[in-house]
Amino acid sequence: MNILAAAGSLAPATRGFLSPTGAEIVFVLVGLAVLGAAVISVGTRQLVHAALWLVVALGGLAIEFLLLTAEFVAWVQVLIYLGSVVVLVLFGLMLTKAPIGRSPDADSGNRWVALLVALAAAGTLVTLVVDAFRTSWIDLGAGGGSASVTGASLFRNWVLPFEALSVLLLAALIGAIVLSRSRQAAAPKPRAGRLRTGKPVGAAPAAKSPAAQSPSSERES
Amino acid sequence: MHLAYPAVLAALLFSVGVYGVLARRNAVLVLMSVELMLNAVNLNLVAFDAWLRDALHAGQALTLFTITIAAAEIGLGLAIVLLVFRTRGTPDIDRLTALGDRVAERQNSADDSVDASKGQAVS
Amino acid sequence: MNTALPALVPALPALGAAALFATGRRAPRFARPLAILPVLISAVLALVTALQLGTGRTLDAATRLTPTGGPDISLAIHLDGYTSLITVLVGVVATCVQVYSTAYLRDDPRYASYAALVSLFTAAMFLVVYSGDLIVLLVGWEVMGICSYFLIGHHWETADARSASLKAFLVTKLGDVPFLFGLFLLGADAGTFRINGVLAAAADGRLAHPTLIALLLLGGVAGKSAQFPLHTWLPDAMAGPTPVSALIHAATMVAAGIYLVARLLPVFLLSGAALVVLAVMAAVTMIGSALCALAQDDIKRVLAYSTVGQLGYMAGALAVGDREAAVFHLVSHGAFKALLFLSAGVLIHAAHTNSLSAMSRMPWLAERVPDARWTLGIGLVALVGLPPFSGFFSKEAVFSAAEHATTRGEALTNGVGPAAGVPVAAGWIVLVAALLTALLTAAYATRLWLLAFPGRGAVAAAGTVVPRGEAAEGHAAALADTGEDLPVAASSTATAPSVHATEPAAMRWPLWVLALPTMVFGIAGLRPNWLPALLDGGSLRPSPATAVLGTGLALAGVLISYAAWRTVTARAARARAAEAAGAAAPQSTDAVDPGRALLGPLYGPAQHGFGVDRLYERLFVLPTLGAARLVRFLDREVVEGYVQASGGGARLLGWAVRRAQTGNAQTYLSALLAGVVLIAVFVAVGT
Repeated sequence: MNILAAAGSLAPATRGFLSPTGAEIVFVLVGLAVLGAAVISVGTRQLVHAALWLVVALGGLAIEFLLLTAEFVAWVQVLIYLGSVVVLVLFGLMLTKAPIGRSPDADSGNRWVALLVALAAAGTLVTLVVDAFRTSWIDLGAGGGSASVTGASLFRNWVLPFEALSVLLLAALIGAIVLSRSRQAAAPKPRAGRLRTGKPVGAAPAAKSPAAQSPSSERES
Repeated sequence: MHLAYPAVLAALLFSVGVYGVLARRNAVLVLMSVELMLNAVNLNLVAFDAWLRDALHAGQALTLFTITIAAAEIGLGLAIVLLVFRTRGTPDIDRLTALGDRVAERQNSADDSVDASKGQAVS
Repeated sequence: MNTALPALVPALPALGAAALFATGRRAPRFARPLAILPVLISAVLALVTALQLGTGRTLDAATRLTPTGGPDISLAIHLDGYTSLITVLVGVVATCVQVYSTAYLRDDPRYASYAALVSLFTAAMFLVVYSGDLIVLLVGWEVMGICSYFLIGHHWETADARSASLKAFLVTKLGDVPFLFGLFLLGADAGTFRINGVLAAAADGRLAHPTLIALLLLGGVAGKSAQFPLHTWLPDAMAGPTPVSALIHAATMVAAGIYLVARLLPVFLLSGAALVVLAVMAAVTMIGSALCALAQDDIKRVLAYSTVGQLGYMAGALAVGDREAAVFHLVSHGAFKALLFLSAGVLIHAAHTNSLSAMSRMPWLAERVPDARWTLGIGLVALVGLPPFSGFFSKEAVFSAAEHATTRGEALTNGVGPAAGVPVAAGWIVLVAALLTALLTAAYATRLWLLAFPGRGAVAAAGTVVPRGEAAEGHAAALADTGEDLPVAASSTATAPSVHATEPAAMRWPLWVLALPTMVFGIAGLRPNWLPALLDGGSLRPSPATAVLGTGLALAGVLISYAAWRTVTARAARARAAEAAGAAAPQSTDAVDPGRALLGPLYGPAQHGFGVDRLYERLFVLPTLGAARLVRFLDREVVEGYVQASGGGARLLGWAVRRAQTGNAQTYLSALLAGVVLIAVFVAVGT
């Protein structure tokens, strides 16, 4: 209750959805673009295009962050997601020999089930969210997410998780290296063995056999 | 700004990510869909941080952490996908069924009327 | 009087049996002393107990075993004249049998267990006799049953012995089931299992269902004492060793049923119907078994059927309410039938065959076994009932009891119960049947004697003299054929039996020990202060009319049988002469059997016990087998079907679940998320 009291939205009835502010209009338009890009990204049959549409969606989200006054997060989003993650994904696609152009089997046979589950989840979530936050209002004050504010908060209050995270990143780095190292180098090559040489086998019986055979052949004749 | 806009957008984005995770065949695309879901969460975090005017800025700090972890995750995930691709020759998730029940497949493909007493666990 | 002495009597043989079981295999040297000594000491102790007790006194002592909530079960002993008499008889016979067995089963590898079982059997019989409590009595009764099973099946290598032991066990157990219920009903009605309490209740008329109790008890008695519907096991039980036959089928086990009825006679006297049933049972048993005995070829089977018949006499005496006569006959019969069996055993031992017709072709047999010849003769005369042997007196006691019962209120119950309680019909049935059986008994006894010891002239006339050397081979062949009770066959068949080789002493002197009471025991009933004083006090003196009638019939039977034998012997001689003349006359090897001539058309059925076995097989065995087949069918097809179906259902379910385990992570995830959504919806809707 204290948290809710701290929020500045306790006079909800004054603002309706039919009289949007400018920021809201921009938010909705960019949001539609993000959603569309995301849908294309998960739906397209061209794998590389999917990655590129992901760039659009993530970039749009950065704009949304800006609109929500979280400017530092927005720039981090642009830097890390657009700069590194998408590049990594593209590398991954290349290294796994993803086909350029339309691949007919981009979606598995699970598609319709997935669609059903996704629609159900969307319906449930939207219903709940709308039902819960129909009247909530964000009072956007400037400078809530500037670099100085965020940095102060991060290094004043969140130092310990930050350091833990750095250890995590180190672990992930080592893990990625170990995983992607080539196995062939580790496996020892089979040694070339020497063939054994010796006396020719069966020489002595061969010398004996005519003598053994001769009586029988005589008998036969 | 109404809180409903970012919340609904996050919910929809999350559902799109769910669809991608469940429907995509290529493991790299599945990872991309996971990124979509993570971003939906980020949007929520930022929006609620702004709504609540949190003095600690927990939402934004957590968003940053999430982004970092997502980066680490995609790095590891891609390494795993590469390893799988190298050993199995395919990045397709629905063909990586080594942990599934082999006998069921064999029975499907072979005779269904095989006496079940013989259908013990065959490795 | 000290109760430790009578308590020791059953305990000693039981301990001896335990010791024999424990040491028999490891220390076979001790088997013989361990077999003989406890039984011998028990016999002496039984005699001492009887002498201490004296006449006309009873002794009761009891320790309560445990509170049961219902009628108490107590370890009680009851001593009176009857127990004295019967324990002395059992002790003497058991001692004789043990001594005899040491020689008879000398080379038997399972002698130790055999002797242990005989000792245990003796102990159980002592327990039955001494017990003053019905449940303890039942324990001894059942121990006897199981010992009998093992002893009859002693030669379990042969199929005969196996099936005979099973048959004996099942048939007696069939009787024991109603017996058990009868005991329970008796205990419930009387409120106690103590025999004294039961008898007191019977005297006061407190028993609510006397007829039902008596009839249920009669089932067990018929099984144990081999009376008519359940008699079939006894002739087959001859597959056991001969001493066992002497012990079980003469003195002890079969006597247990008679003894029990004698103890509980007041209960039976309350029910006229039960007495009539008992009388009919006894009459059918007597006549039928005598006819069968006349047709048997196996000497032991003849004696077995004879035992069945003599038990019929005792049952008849009980049916007319005179337990003195029954026990008198029991004791004298125990002595002479044990004698007959043991001497028959000597005969079989010497002849290496059970077959009477084979013995009739061995003229040297009589010279080889003079003791057995004499004692067999003595026993047969006692069996026929000619004075002054014991059989005469005891049988006359039965006759006179039956004769008294033919007039209402005159039955010789000796104060045990109301004399008017004995129906007149029972008296007439028993009297007529007993007289007829006396005739038949004389006939088959004579036939037995004539066939076993035909005399040189008769054998020559029959033309079946077998030279000595061939005889030995014949024995070997007979041995191979019969495979029956031939204990020392392996050593004896190797050497031809010589005329003067006598049997071992251990097999001879028990015969004379038993021959003595056979000859003189009957005198004991003459004076009122001898045997009757020990029992109920009634007179056991033969009455003139029945004595003359019975003796006359017996003599007539002897003469008829002898005449028939002469006729068939002469005919056989003529046939042989014709054959010698060159004509291809039909061979008639066993034409010398007078039984065939006497019985005529009845011979065939009588030889097979009048088809009772076959009837039982039709009536009981086949339906049981059919039911078993039905149960097997139900089990295999129906019950198994349910089992298979549940297994199949589980398999199908597993198959279906297995289908879900595709290994595709996306399907798993789909299901997982769908479940999460569903739960979310339910929670949202529910709240």
